[in-house]
Amino acid sequence: MAPTSAAAKPAEKFPTPAKLTLTLFVNGVERKLTVAPWTTLLDALRQHLDLTGTKKGCDHGQCGACTVLVDGRRINSCLALAVMKDGAQVTTIEGLAQGATLHALQQAFIEHDAFQCGYCTPGQICSAAGLVAEGRAKTPDEIRELMSGNICRCGAYPNILAAIESVLAGKAEARS
Amino acid sequence: MNNFAYSRAADVAEAVRQIAADPGAKLIAGGTNLIDLMKENVARPTRLIDISRLPLSRIEETKDGGLRIGALVANSDVAYHPQVESRYPMLASAILAGASAQLRNMASTGGNLLQRTRCYYFYDTATPCNKREPGSGCAAVTGINRQHAILGTSQHCIATHPSDMCVALAALDARVRATGPGGERVIAFQDFHRLPGETPHIDTNLAADEIITAVELPPEGFARNYTYLKIRDRLSYAFALVSVAAALDLKDGRIQEARIALGGVAHKPWRDREAEARLKGEPATRDTFARTADAILRGARGFEHNAFKIELARRTILRALSQAAQATPQSQSDKRIAGPTTAENRSGRPQ
Repeated sequence: MAPTSAAAKPAEKFPTPAKLTLTLFVNGVERKLTVAPWTTLLDALRQHLDLTGTKKGCDHGQCGACTVLVDGRRINSCLALAVMKDGAQVTTIEGLAQGATLHALQQAFIEHDAFQCGYCTPGQICSAAGLVAEGRAKTPDEIRELMSGNICRCGAYPNILAAIESVLAGKAEARS
Repeated sequence: MNNFAYSRAADVAEAVRQIAADPGAKLIAGGTNLIDLMKENVARPTRLIDISRLPLSRIEETKDGGLRIGALVANSDVAYHPQVESRYPMLASAILAGASAQLRNMASTGGNLLQRTRCYYFYDTATPCNKREPGSGCAAVTGINRQHAILGTSQHCIATHPSDMCVALAALDARVRATGPGGERVIAFQDFHRLPGETPHIDTNLAADEIITAVELPPEGFARNYTYLKIRDRLSYAFALVSVAAALDLKDGRIQEARIALGGVAHKPWRDREAEARLKGEPATRDTFARTADAILRGARGFEHNAFKIELARRTILRALSQAAQATPQSQSDKRIAGPTTAENRSGRPQ
């Protein structure tokens, strides 16, 4: 689409600004995309890059379904503008498995039956990946508190907690 | 969300020039509040000036032995910084009591100060709101006002400031460093946020063309006798009904200095310096703390759904001061309220 000059329609209070081209490194792959300034990272992933694993729940940063890792840190992609993340490394649920081998958290969520409808699960798993990397949660209370940004309407919390605990325990065992 | 243009600022001076030149523009850093407000059509900027890449992401010691937190340091990076954890644990605790891990990773220090109220009517563009649309009226005064203020309200606005971090910053007597077209200035934290008065649409004394560059903490962090106690409708990821940042300097059981800041009860973090000053030289006992709580809340006024907050605030101040005095600060992950669970504490009244 040809860029539309903002100056062409001076009478409009909210003119259509030029679209912007940016680069994201999504799950290790360089992706160039051209988006409007108001395109969120979530919409860029789902609608421009066809990565629909990341879910849109509330779209207001209250439910955590849209959680992805940006430069290794978990964030709500619904509250991030894609243009502001130009050049960033983005990891989505699609990027966690290594070929046919599931990520430890994906495997643990299956083994612990940590979901029912599954809609919040990509966000839960990406958030848990962020939590594990942060290294701040040691006790069940701390896991619960640091996962509180991910809501599960089915109420699978006890099993989500168990899945994350098992991965943290596995990590601790690997270290000892 | 309305259409808007997007630009980046190469340095602070350029950001100031851009914001000064365009009254319809807004600065964006973490975006956690602004983008939400834009999705609700409450904020309708014609341009966003991206300042997220400016070099304001450092935490460093100041000459006076305090700590300077760059305006773009993420909330999580402040809370988990070794100097903040060890010297200013009340600030770390307050930050971890707020929002979620994801939001704390995104939200900036400066943005936290500038976040808007979460009053339902401010967010609902179908209702009147003097903060969103000056002169339109306040739907909260006669509406659902469970979350609203009990101190410092005006007939025009009973909204609360939603931040937890700012409650601790208020208690610590932090300073806000800002740059505008006229140069740099330092604003005392107590002078940064405003009460609603006749102008509830103006949240802070920061000028429209000024940018926060840092928040500075004085050397005294009250790392021994402190707490941040937040009471809310669910145990995590909810705004405060009442929160209290309490810090004491104790010597032989007597109070040398006291700091008490309240969140969730006013248009700004609430401090009562007179009540704090009266604690000097007093013994750190429940009777003392009960008198202080009563003094702080003497002017409190409840509305239809939030009158309970006055008694809740009284008990929270009392418990917070006890936690601080006993050096048993509230954990933000273990949700049991710290401190002795005697009958006296359960009832909240000295017996």
